[in-house]
Amino acid sequence: MSANLTSVAYIGAIILFILSLGGLSHPESARRGNLYGIVGMILAVVATVLGPQVTAAGLPWIVVALAIGAVVGLYAAKKVKMTQMPELVALMHSLVGLAACLVGFASYIDPAQAFSGAEKALHELEIYVGIYIGAVTFSGSLVAFGKLSGKLSGKPVLLPARHWINGIAAVVVIYYGYAFLQAENIAAGMTPLAVMTVIGLLFGIHMVMAIGGADMPVVVSMLNSYSGWAAAATGFMLGNDLLIVVGALVGSSGAILSYIMCRAMNRRFLAVIAGGFGTEGGKAAAAAGGLAGEVNPISAQETAELLREAKKVIIVPGYGMAVAQAQHVVSEISRLLRDKGVDVRFAIHPVAGRMPGHMNVLLAEAKVPYDIVFEMEEINDEFPEADVALIIGANDIVNPAAQEVPDSPIAGMPVLEVWKAKTSIVMKRSMASGYAGVDNPLFYKDNNRMLFGDAKKTLEEVLAALKS
Amino acid sequence: MSLTIGVPREIFPGEKRVATTPEVAERLIKMGFALAIESGAGAAAGFGDEAYRAVGCEVLAAADELWARADVVLKVRPPSLDEVRLMKEGATLIGFIWPAQNPSLMEALAAKRATVLAMDSIPRMSRAQKMDALSSMANIAGYRAVIEAAHHFGRFFAGQITAAGKIPPAKVFVIGAGVAGLSAIGTAVGLGAVVRANDTRPEVADQVRSMGAEFVPVDYQEEGSGVGGYAKVMSEGYQKAQREVFAKQAKEVDIIITTALIPGKPAPKLITAEMVASMKPGSVIVDLAAEQGGNCELTTPGEVVVRHGVTIIGYTDLPSRLPQQSSTLYATNLLRLIEELCKHKEGSLEVDFEDEVIRGATVLKEGAITWPPPPPKISAAPPTATKKAASPAPAGGHRETHSVLPARTLAWLFGAGAALFLLVGWFAPSSFLSHFTVFVLACFVGYMVIWNVTPSLHTPLMSVTNAISSIIAIGALIQIAPPEAGAAGRPDGLIQGLAFLAILLVAINMFGGFAVTRRMLAMFRK
Repeated sequence: MSANLTSVAYIGAIILFILSLGGLSHPESARRGNLYGIVGMILAVVATVLGPQVTAAGLPWIVVALAIGAVVGLYAAKKVKMTQMPELVALMHSLVGLAACLVGFASYIDPAQAFSGAEKALHELEIYVGIYIGAVTFSGSLVAFGKLSGKLSGKPVLLPARHWINGIAAVVVIYYGYAFLQAENIAAGMTPLAVMTVIGLLFGIHMVMAIGGADMPVVVSMLNSYSGWAAAATGFMLGNDLLIVVGALVGSSGAILSYIMCRAMNRRFLAVIAGGFGTEGGKAAAAAGGLAGEVNPISAQETAELLREAKKVIIVPGYGMAVAQAQHVVSEISRLLRDKGVDVRFAIHPVAGRMPGHMNVLLAEAKVPYDIVFEMEEINDEFPEADVALIIGANDIVNPAAQEVPDSPIAGMPVLEVWKAKTSIVMKRSMASGYAGVDNPLFYKDNNRMLFGDAKKTLEEVLAALKS
Repeated sequence: MSLTIGVPREIFPGEKRVATTPEVAERLIKMGFALAIESGAGAAAGFGDEAYRAVGCEVLAAADELWARADVVLKVRPPSLDEVRLMKEGATLIGFIWPAQNPSLMEALAAKRATVLAMDSIPRMSRAQKMDALSSMANIAGYRAVIEAAHHFGRFFAGQITAAGKIPPAKVFVIGAGVAGLSAIGTAVGLGAVVRANDTRPEVADQVRSMGAEFVPVDYQEEGSGVGGYAKVMSEGYQKAQREVFAKQAKEVDIIITTALIPGKPAPKLITAEMVASMKPGSVIVDLAAEQGGNCELTTPGEVVVRHGVTIIGYTDLPSRLPQQSSTLYATNLLRLIEELCKHKEGSLEVDFEDEVIRGATVLKEGAITWPPPPPKISAAPPTATKKAASPAPAGGHRETHSVLPARTLAWLFGAGAALFLLVGWFAPSSFLSHFTVFVLACFVGYMVIWNVTPSLHTPLMSVTNAISSIIAIGALIQIAPPEAGAAGRPDGLIQGLAFLAILLVAINMFGGFAVTRRMLAMFRK
């Protein structure tokens, strides 16, 4: 296959990738979108392998690597539970980051690509940046994986003077970048490159460690964006337009998702990345605590009665539902109620769960039809008409303090206005505050009831009571 | 020493309510207060002296003894000046006061160095709802208004088809969809009438519809919401359009219930004498604003009159006509307020001005007039305003953000972009520029495409973009065995090893990513 044919195949692959992302704009076209992506990927890989840059000697290696990867990847995809999606995605990001590092190093020690003058400097700069992004993506994703899977604490870990540490790291990276560009030969350039890689890895760890669990949707989409930029940097390094385009597509998509998540929390992107949310909440939480009144507990039996008599029920799932794996019971309850003629809807806050769209995936897994699942903006006006708002394991996203307490740390964050429903029922394990560490005045409202206990267990009781 | 709460008999003519019920009295005693009640105070509301005595109240025969003993007096109606004279120096009074309408009462209370919490001045906030006696009373008034109307109306409310002929349903028009209006709507709908309603605040239209009535809009652009979710005085143009709507409704409907009030102002005259004359004989008007002068020109406050064949009910004591219900709700409202006041020590009251609700309710503190309070920090208005702003945005899209970037930010962005491009153009070799062009264009394509993705698909989107980022495999593929392999000085083995590892890692991501996306998308169904 000639170089021209490969280029043409690349253009085809690019178009397919764009169509793939475009296809995801709606559930009906999404499956086709995924297919476009698969075809595009096959096209790109096959065209490269058959192209002039790969000789026959490499084929066995490639086949073996792809085969091993395929087995592992498909197995993981089959085994993963839908509640574990955030972890899986984070872990996969780390693979891309690591691969970007490896490709960068290989490219640097390869003398075949001889450049001189400005081109050489630029090429080395591209390698340097590419490896750095790859390293940050790799270690950051691993930490995110640890936090999401519960292997590491979700609490932000804040080193003293952390902004200074980051600043010094940046200075060192820039200094060694200069040293790297000045290096006479490959051996001399290795030291700066290695130091930078280590700093990149440490920076990735430090950055994600400092971010609290509630901000994980932002982190996951940000790392998604990084893995794209890593691919784009590799593309520059190798002079490959396909890599550049696809990397830029992925990078900008992740960046937009991060932006959407930040806006859903009414926070600035930089503030999230700087980390430490949930620590400054102490003072205001105490002030909000002054509101505390009595909470009204309710039993599963009474909940079932309320649900049975309601005309309209809005269910608000949160991370607690994912933790308790309660989505199937929720789905069954909603089906039962719908059969009885109750208007059941689901309200999804943009940052519910630990990654963008997490709740939608869980509900889809439990076979909740997507046309009764609504976004916050679509459904917020409907709470006053609802007889019951059932909140399952959510806290900050239904906290009226965001609207009522001007000095609350979450003030101004758009929230689901569940307290406007005739009755709201909050399912929680205890009275603990959410990740933002802010007390929730909702619990003390007159029309609110607390249903304490593990979400899955209590919901099963509710379901049993509904059936009887 | 715990305080003594005193509950006198209401002396206002016809007033049947009482400020506490035995049930609430028991709760107050549990909170550490001593309770004294005037004999016969609850009789009209169906609570005998025995019931109070049974829960531990002291029943006093004489009003002056009670006033003299009580540290805290719970009242329904504002006290008369005679009653104030009996009051203990420095005592606390809780009840309806209407400070704007009763300046002489305020002076008399101030002279007694009294602390007075007015139930009518409790700010309208979500947190204060449990103490909002105005809403409780309005709810009852709205219900009773319909019952009174039904009593004076010579026909059924619900339509029926009987052997003796067809009965059309009564048509009810409710003006003002506040608590009383909504309650009236609910009651009238419950009786089977066809109900329409109007309000100057457009955002209540949905509430009206949710109660089963039809919202009759006034076709004139003006926002009618004042501070704290109350209505405000409307412009001349609006009032004219409004009169036309009402005139038309008056000709069609059988019953009009008016509940239009503007805080601190006389009730707006909405139903003119001509409109009354145009109504069908036998029709009924219930004017819930009668106490503030009435919404109808022909209303006589406190009385039922017949004008032009239309019965006009101007009772000012509708809640008192349901004494047991209104006493129960009012007593509970008082209890909630006292709970707020008695947070620190059992059997004592503390007026904390840091608390916005208590600050708003307190019209006199130890004889100093503290009314009107500073305006509430949070009113019900802002959320509705933002809601309005958000609603025209296309559902599910994020497009509104395209236009909201302020010009200044935009200028900075363009400036920074231009500087960056200038820098690149200056230093970078031409081979880089073609790649750079591709890169920038791809960023834009990505931006445009992603904005259209519905939020429910964000997880599949991330997993598909993650799978697509496996394209980095291409980089490793062209390194594993390039035509240059074998050239002198090239560490073939090392490069091959690195590339092999990279391909392997990426392949996991590639296959796993697409497979898991596929699995997820298969679950999304209608």
